[in-house]
Amino acid sequence: MSVHAEPKAVAAPIQTKILFFAALREAVGSSEMLLPQLAPMQLSSLLTLLASQSSNIAAALTDREVLTAVNQQLVNQQAWVQPGDEVALFPPVTGG
Amino acid sequence: MPSAPADYQLICRIQHDDFSLEQEYQALLRPDCGAVVLFSGLVREQFQADPADSLQALELEHYPGMTERAITAIAEQAATRFNVRAITVIHRVGLLSTGAQIVLVGVASAHRADAFSACELIMDFLKNQVPIWKKAHFHSQAQWVDAKTTDQAAAARWLQENTP
Repeated sequence: MSVHAEPKAVAAPIQTKILFFAALREAVGSSEMLLPQLAPMQLSSLLTLLASQSSNIAAALTDREVLTAVNQQLVNQQAWVQPGDEVALFPPVTGG
Repeated sequence: MPSAPADYQLICRIQHDDFSLEQEYQALLRPDCGAVVLFSGLVREQFQADPADSLQALELEHYPGMTERAITAIAEQAATRFNVRAITVIHRVGLLSTGAQIVLVGVASAHRADAFSACELIMDFLKNQVPIWKKAHFHSQAQWVDAKTTDQAAAARWLQENTP
């Protein structure tokens, strides 16, 4: 990073952490990624944005049922995601 | 609105190490409890179409942080609905071979009905609401275990019943 960088007029995007688990983690090929996010958005929009990042992720998200959590709470895709939140995507759970 | 649960002891651990039923039983005993129910889940034998292709191990993955949070929320529901004084939930993760213990749910209450019901509720929700996944390793290949609709129905039953 340059020490001579000019101050930015707009707010810098904040990194939202995206976590993948189990079969979804294997399909994506990664357990974690950071998505720059400027403003609050609904989870459905964030998933669309995420899918546009790579065909791998797009395929992984459409091939199966995906459950979603924001800040470690199960939510549906109408939930809002704030920049910097922790979002987790995973298949239906099979513990116990 | 459900009433706030009475004070109760909660032990919740996610670990690779095995657990001792005797030790966990002792930790649940209380002078005001006449009933302790312990449930343990194990890795059972499984075979593919070829009977020689048997299950070698289950690999359990979880979401650290959310797992403990989800279990605590389930225990809270159980303690709100039933008169229980102590709850223990231990779930193992990592690679577990056939016959190994996977999970322990223990409940102590004054009388047996509350302990049986709370233990069953906790197990039913554990299967549906806690971020843990199993991968079955057979001789020939490995595959993620699919969620069962019967498990979903078991949990839904508690949501339909009226809170006492």
